[in-house]
Amino acid sequence: MAANSSFPKYQSDGSLLGNAMEWFDARFPMTSMWKAHLSEYYAPKNFNFWYFFGSMAIVVLIIQFVTGIFLVMNYKPDGTLNAAGIPVAFASVEYIMREVPGGWLIRYMHSTGASAFFIVVYLHMFRGMLYGSYRKPRELVWIFGVLIFLCLMAEAFMGYLLPWGQMSYWGAQVIINIFSAIPFIGPDLSVLIRGDFVVSDATLNRFFAFHVCAVPLALLGLVVAHILALHEVGSNNPDGVEIKKFKDEKGIPLDGVPFHPQYTIGHDLPANAIFLILFCAVMFFWPEGGGYFLEYNNFLPADPMKTPAHLAPVWYFTPFYSMLRAMVWNFFWIDAKFWGVVSMGGGVVILAFLPWLDRSPAKSIRYRGPIFKTLLGIFVFAFLILGYLGTKTPGHYFFGYVPSEGLNPLNYLLSGDFLTKTFTFYYFLFFLTMPYWSKIDKCKPVPERVTFK
Amino acid sequence: MSEQKKDCDNERRNLLLATSVVSGVGIAATAVPFVASLAPSERAKAAGAPVVANVGKLAPGEKMVVKWQGKPVWILRRTPEMIASLKVVEEQGKLVDPASEKSIQPAYAQNEARAAKDEFLVTIGICTHLGCSPSDKLKTGNAEGMAADWVGGFICPCHGSLFDLAGRVFKNMPAPTNLDIPPYKYLSDAEILIGEDSNETQGA
Repeated sequence: MAANSSFPKYQSDGSLLGNAMEWFDARFPMTSMWKAHLSEYYAPKNFNFWYFFGSMAIVVLIIQFVTGIFLVMNYKPDGTLNAAGIPVAFASVEYIMREVPGGWLIRYMHSTGASAFFIVVYLHMFRGMLYGSYRKPRELVWIFGVLIFLCLMAEAFMGYLLPWGQMSYWGAQVIINIFSAIPFIGPDLSVLIRGDFVVSDATLNRFFAFHVCAVPLALLGLVVAHILALHEVGSNNPDGVEIKKFKDEKGIPLDGVPFHPQYTIGHDLPANAIFLILFCAVMFFWPEGGGYFLEYNNFLPADPMKTPAHLAPVWYFTPFYSMLRAMVWNFFWIDAKFWGVVSMGGGVVILAFLPWLDRSPAKSIRYRGPIFKTLLGIFVFAFLILGYLGTKTPGHYFFGYVPSEGLNPLNYLLSGDFLTKTFTFYYFLFFLTMPYWSKIDKCKPVPERVTFK
Repeated sequence: MSEQKKDCDNERRNLLLATSVVSGVGIAATAVPFVASLAPSERAKAAGAPVVANVGKLAPGEKMVVKWQGKPVWILRRTPEMIASLKVVEEQGKLVDPASEKSIQPAYAQNEARAAKDEFLVTIGICTHLGCSPSDKLKTGNAEGMAADWVGGFICPCHGSLFDLAGRVFKNMPAPTNLDIPPYKYLSDAEILIGEDSNETQGA
């Protein structure tokens, strides 16, 4: 936000420090920025634990920046083979793990941070869905958020190529080939992305440039835009009511408390302390996350001649990967592959339209009706099952499947194939029919002021 | 608009517009060399030199892999039973493109065996769906964990596309076409040159 002239400039108390502060504040919007975004930014007093995840996302962002900078000091983006026949990039990651003092810690911090980032961001986004935080006037806050999510996916995808393991290589191969399905420009586009006809050293180097430089810059800019837009309109809250409607004689919202120190020190700091304890527990004792955070096949160097027997993306991409796999039909003479891309991309992009799809009179789930609660419950279940199935082979069956019994109808209903298609269909149906069902849902009366015990 | 026009100095406004447009074109033009630099380098384009594969020691039913243009090229020495299986799978009506009309191969490999000599299948081991390298399921039936009527072939680990022993894709699979066949020629009975053929007209 630009300097707000309504905030008075800092006045020195005559001390040396005071004089220095006055000199500085006369030349830089220090006081006004501090007040506008922290000490005199009034946030609703009824925040609950769902409001921790935004600040946690910032903490993880900082972790990723710092660990990333230190990893770059020893990592080499080089796909050629060293004297021992191991790709240099893969060997440099092993070097960080085994020979750089504390390198293993920094690398595990970064890899755990990647998964932690998606955990807190998914919860942060779900909070928005629970309390209608994307509704007017917060549409832009939400759209910047969706763009951050897209950047985060790009960042994670390109970062995953860097260790140059089997999953890095073949994951990139598959995802880049998806772009070749776009009509007309597709094949050329995928060559342009790779910089070669197969995933190669050229691909590794450009992904490195994007991962450590271009995307983080975009991400940082979007985070600033996200927070500026939020502070312009003010935070939503679990009741989904506007606290700016009721102000005291000084113009301070009656249900607002200063963001600093109430929320920074009193709410986010202890929450982040607990979060970091959990983070460290994973980082020290469970860094591979059971093969979900760091996949076992990625401890093998990239081999362009051999695809691993089971190829699955990292867990945070799996719901969207399932949507990709759900499309097996050719529509309008365009290949199914393209519709898979549309489905996967659409799964993310459709989120951006949420502010206009939702026509409910109440914002918060606390006052919304049974239709929303039921459909949202199924939505969460569908998303989780899509995520689970994305980690499995396309021929996965729940509760086992005995081939000798043949494909009876019950077997089919429990097949990953059927459930992937069904839940992908549901995912889109949930959004596309929202303008209708959100309007007719029986909402409870929304209170004027926030509820606070 | 009309009110704006009144206090608008038209000459300055036009200059402003012209400057902005020219700057915009300049910035757009500057992007060209950057985007162009993303295309494959001359070295990458030149990397497709032909390679020689020595198939003399390959036993019947065995497969070897050679690297050509950064891709795996498979050479499978098919047994008579394997060659016979191609007819079987065709009769079962399971193939999308049994005559390889929509698939990429040199003219001398557009036949049932998809090969210049029936005994040796030479194919690019990259699934035509999303570029994974399919796994061998060369044995028939349940031996490979496949269905009972499986005649031998390949399965893509990524999205489950099935191919027969000539690299022909099965119906209702994500892969749209049969595996690509590179140009190749026999230098002798035991040596195959991959990436170049005698008539030079077909490219992979």
